Amino acid sequence: MIKRSFIGLLKPRLEYGSVADTPSLKQIPTPKEITLLSNCPFDKKNLLFKKKATVKTGQKLLLYKEKDEYVVSSVTGQVSSISSYTGDFGRTFTAITIEVADDEETDDEFKDISKDASLETIKNFLAFAPGNPPVKLFSDKDKSINTIVVCCADSDLLITTNRYIVKSDIDAIKNGLSILKAASRVNDIIMVASQNQMHELSTTGEKVKQVNDTYPSALPHLIMKDILGKVVPAGKNPEDIGVCFISAEAVASIGNAFNSGQLPVAKTFTLVNKDGSKSLVSARIGTPASDIFTALNITLNENDRIIFGGPMTGSSVYSEDHPVQPDTDAIIVQDRDDIPVISDYPCTNCGECIRICPANIQINLLVRFLETGQYQEAADQYDLYSCIECGLCSYVCVSGMPIFQYIRSAKYELDRANTAEATNG
Amino acid sequence: MADNNKFIVSHAPFWHDGSRISTRNYNIALAALPAILLGIIYYGMPAVGVVSLSISSAIIWEFVFCRVTKHSVTIGDGSAAIIGMIFGMLLPATAPWWLVILGTFVAVIIGKQIYGGIGANPFNPVVVAIAILMISWRDIFDFNEALINYDFDFAMVYPLAALKHFGVSAVDSFSMGDLLMGKQSGGIGSTFGLGLIAGGIYLIVRGIIRWEIALSFLAGIFITALIFNLSDPAHYAGPVVHLFAGYTLIGAFFLATEDSSSPVNFIPMLIYGASAGLLTVLIRNIGVYVDGVIFAILIMNLVNPLLDKIKPKAIGKVA
Repeated sequence: MIKRSFIGLLKPRLEYGSVADTPSLKQIPTPKEITLLSNCPFDKKNLLFKKKATVKTGQKLLLYKEKDEYVVSSVTGQVSSISSYTGDFGRTFTAITIEVADDEETDDEFKDISKDASLETIKNFLAFAPGNPPVKLFSDKDKSINTIVVCCADSDLLITTNRYIVKSDIDAIKNGLSILKAASRVNDIIMVASQNQMHELSTTGEKVKQVNDTYPSALPHLIMKDILGKVVPAGKNPEDIGVCFISAEAVASIGNAFNSGQLPVAKTFTLVNKDGSKSLVSARIGTPASDIFTALNITLNENDRIIFGGPMTGSSVYSEDHPVQPDTDAIIVQDRDDIPVISDYPCTNCGECIRICPANIQINLLVRFLETGQYQEAADQYDLYSCIECGLCSYVCVSGMPIFQYIRSAKYELDRANTAEATNG
Repeated sequence: MADNNKFIVSHAPFWHDGSRISTRNYNIALAALPAILLGIIYYGMPAVGVVSLSISSAIIWEFVFCRVTKHSVTIGDGSAAIIGMIFGMLLPATAPWWLVILGTFVAVIIGKQIYGGIGANPFNPVVVAIAILMISWRDIFDFNEALINYDFDFAMVYPLAALKHFGVSAVDSFSMGDLLMGKQSGGIGSTFGLGLIAGGIYLIVRGIIRWEIALSFLAGIFITALIFNLSDPAHYAGPVVHLFAGYTLIGAFFLATEDSSSPVNFIPMLIYGASAGLLTVLIRNIGVYVDGVIFAILIMNLVNPLLDKIKPKAIGKVA
């Protein structure tokens, strides 16, 4: 954890790590059981397959009738349960648990189709690939994508996943880029990279732009503002103004899939141990975190914390069995003694958050409205929707207020109220 | 391997820079120490008594209030201690005990707690208390009269009072070095200019007070005093006297910079500081009060919410 420096007049420098200090990739053996999470809420009636169904590695599993949501099995085995899973902010998922069989068989449905590298194929087979390629965006009629930004730098601290992919698998990225370009017919491709990646990426022949080495420069909204020179309107996403963000890993997944004719099923991610030591790990999508901890000799105690994602924007999970998902870029284990205390102290108007906020939000005023649940006022007058969700306000808060959480729950509550209004007429 | 471990689940971010309200307040206390120490060296045990009583009674008032209102006791955050400490620094060493206790009552209860406690006070609690006491018991704050029994090797005169009553010639004897070294009459912790400046610089470097406010306040005083001085040197003293006498320095580094009653945006901070400086000199030069720092800061506290409306545009904001 990076602490405030003695000279508090300076802004804290939160630098993205470099890939140089991380050791080589560790392979996690295939676990006995995996769990795949699909964004679709559980709907028992319309399920397209039942318990006990056998699946092969790389097999695409369509979940429900009349919906195109699917997962890709990362192992060979038998479906042992299909259930509902509730994540942060009440989001529901369908969880499919697969018991792994002894012999591995690879599904070959994709092999035949992979000769045709069309947008349709990418959409139909690669949504669940490591790195979570945002395949739906390209066929979304409401959004005309004219620019693709490939993030070769990782957006949150400690994570070196994308940097590692760039270093180790540049050919797959090149291949993926050419496929993506041809299929999407988007010619404006911008690679966003940190300084020491510039050389490697110049071989791709694409436009490479350098991103600052300090957090939060590599967050999409700031890349838009500082590198592309387009400011995303408050409450909108980059794709709303025609820019699609895709991670280097996702591009590499596309490249590898079409190159080998097999859907990639192993996710690479950064694992940060309690002492801050980093390892790069590759595991099948759906591997429970506990299997990874066992393989790496990490023991967890009562009141420790497991974080999926980075220290600023990730989410903590309540179970050791939480599975690795296609977008899991990091798993961080935090010792209970290192967990900062959140307090119920009020804002003292010290102004630390104002100085650090990259979006120029009047957080000292905003937070007073959020604390009392006046979300609409917060949105109308105090720029709630300008927040780009970097978490720095909570990081520097002298009172230890959970400001970022207030902001997220305010957005969630407003969203819920608006949806209810729309459905009730 | 225990399978039923319970983990801490909370919202991002999972890091914190480790800053705390108590650390901030204890650093402010540390920064105020040199000025208090010189006051104690000059005025002896009465000064120790006033400062100690002030700190302890402020803490006790906060404790009593928390108990009466059944809130969790907040004396550990150091906020009450700081209020007591700075209040003590502004008093003459001869202040009677009842005045100290009454003053901390006004500061902690009326200045801070009835508004909702830390962070909710619209005025600097210490300034509110001093203002009320100054109006109510003017004689006690007449430093010349209050400190009449002290005999030092320097002119035991309160420069601003001398300036007001006897004109510019009365303050000619004060050299800048004397003023900086506390060789003037005044509050216990408000005369040692060098100590206050050192404390202020420490707080600025640590990022605990906002330099924009402190510097613009001093600049406001300097420029306004200079304009007065240039227009009529026989009537109005030069900027040096205004900068280093009275409550100017303690005001710049410890009073005007109080978090919750001062603005946080860059331009508002400059306006706030400079206007407080301007008002200070106006009150000193053409008002009835000897020192204007307290009332100037109080008035600027009042307009602070309005000033903070001048804010940078949030990104992505339409219109």
